[in-house]
Amino acid sequence: MIEAFYELFLSRYNYWMAIILMLIGLYALIAKQNLVKKLIGLNIFQTAIFLFYISIGEVEGGTAPIYLPEGVDALYVNPVPHVLMLTAIVVGVSVTAVALSLIVRIYEEYGVIDEDELMQAVRKR
Amino acid sequence: MTVIDHIPVLMIVIPILASLLTLLAGWYDRRFCYPISLITVLFQFGSAIAILLHVMQEGTIRYSVGGWAPPLGIELVVDGFNSYILAAIMLLAAATAVYARRSVETEIGPEKTVSFYVLFQLLITGLVGMTITGDIFNLYVFLEISSIAAYTLIASARRPRAYVASFNYLILGSIAGGFILLGIANLYAATGTLNMADIAQLLPASYGLATVHAAFLFLVIGFSIKAAFFPLHLWLPDAYAESPSAVTVLLSTVMAKVSIYAMFRILFSVFTTAYIIDTFPVTGFILFIATVAIVAGAVLAIAQKDLKRMLAYSSVSQVGYIMFALGVANQIALEGGLLHILGHAVMKGCLFMVAGLIIYRMGTSRLSELKGVATTMPISCAAFALAGASMIGIPPTIGFMSKYYLVLGALEAGHWVYAAVLLLGSLLAVGYIWRFIETAYFGGLHSDHNEAHPRTAAREGPLSMLVPIVGLALLCLFLGIFVEGVMEVVGPAVSILLGGA
Repeated sequence: MIEAFYELFLSRYNYWMAIILMLIGLYALIAKQNLVKKLIGLNIFQTAIFLFYISIGEVEGGTAPIYLPEGVDALYVNPVPHVLMLTAIVVGVSVTAVALSLIVRIYEEYGVIDEDELMQAVRKR
Repeated sequence: MTVIDHIPVLMIVIPILASLLTLLAGWYDRRFCYPISLITVLFQFGSAIAILLHVMQEGTIRYSVGGWAPPLGIELVVDGFNSYILAAIMLLAAATAVYARRSVETEIGPEKTVSFYVLFQLLITGLVGMTITGDIFNLYVFLEISSIAAYTLIASARRPRAYVASFNYLILGSIAGGFILLGIANLYAATGTLNMADIAQLLPASYGLATVHAAFLFLVIGFSIKAAFFPLHLWLPDAYAESPSAVTVLLSTVMAKVSIYAMFRILFSVFTTAYIIDTFPVTGFILFIATVAIVAGAVLAIAQKDLKRMLAYSSVSQVGYIMFALGVANQIALEGGLLHILGHAVMKGCLFMVAGLIIYRMGTSRLSELKGVATTMPISCAAFALAGASMIGIPPTIGFMSKYYLVLGALEAGHWVYAAVLLLGSLLAVGYIWRFIETAYFGGLHSDHNEAHPRTAAREGPLSMLVPIVGLALLCLFLGIFVEGVMEVVGPAVSILLGGA
């Protein structure tokens, strides 16, 4: 029983943390009315993915992948997922920037950033 | 190495530099932007054709970017399948670039034209990158380049509703991007490589793992959102209807097709048929959803009051046809599906161009205000009728040929019911195409007396918009008549898909 619990949850806790964060993000995306809060949800969602990538590159007892002097043996963590996430973070920042500028424009046009009120305002025009 | 070996990377590098040049030149004088953009797109089109011919004769081109050997470095791979897609999307991109100038003048503020052409260029380049890359993470990066460009382009319309449409697309598109990223993470965790050919080789060893199943589902759902596969199409109607005409054409023809291409590539080249048919049987389910998409998209299209929105829902239905091929997954049906990727791009491009031209002349695309438009715009309405006939699937157009192959494939696989529903979908297509034809050609006859339509197009559209429209409409016809020529390209492409990497 405890072993099964360990197998399912504790040994893979990084997966569970990523899933929980992702679901928090998705919940905010779906349930929040405020457009800015939706965007924050999107950022949490993306951050969960970043953390997931970084955690799968981890090797127990590993060190940073830097060349050590001759003769020194070391276990490295896998640097590839970390490098990939640099790109993904840049993408996330750009998406956030575009989304925020869109929200500014929407607020200028309609004077609301609440989704329901926005839909009413859109229908009125 | 000859020049042709370098063309794949030049097709990405030169346009990105050109988009920066556009920005600089636009700073100096706005009028320089369009020529630079047009020349770059035509260069890409020419390169795509050169690559297609080269691949047809001598086989796959592989290019290691920066000279780093494939499993570690990024690889560009152009084989029989994506060289065909590349040629198809660049054909449409070139037609859109010719069409765009006049449409941009009226629909986009003069202060935005510079950034419009920069983003236009980046969107096309991102999609080209998605098509030719052989590295799965690189695919994601190009996907996001094109997506961000697309969000901004949709918002560049003067209508305030475009901001809302763009925001909704951004949210759904980013979720899709996130899912694709997660799928890639799982694939990497299972195989330890990002090169598509490498993954395909290493993956069979871990077919049973939950990680691989999760990767598969994340990727399929992500690309389904991007391709607007029913019922994940909710961003599409607003995004298509509110964006400027040139952008609509680009989104509906080039971007939608590349998303579908990516889905085919992932399903057939990375996971291979052994996985999607035997290990994790998903094709039956895709077939079912695709059939629902065909009918639901067409029914929703019939219910629309706006021409562009109607065509947008029709796209939902047509994506269903292409996914139908994926669901049947035999040689003949996939030939039909690939043929439909080209055919639908050509005919939907033509239809959206006519819709854009009507907006250009009349300022509206509400069907009720378009009565008798054919009397003043006979050429474009005739083009609409021809492309519409192709959409319905009247022989000898390309639309008939692709549906013919789809039905043959479905019958060969024994899916009688699905084949029947596919034909029903064609009947429903008559419903929405005929609505415009009736309004345009016969609408003026009834209501002339009470002059219910003060706004009518004064005359036919400008030449730079008519040429691509008529060209694409004729292409619908000629591609159907000379379909053997296209099949020589499509046949080997399907063999690549079914034969694995």
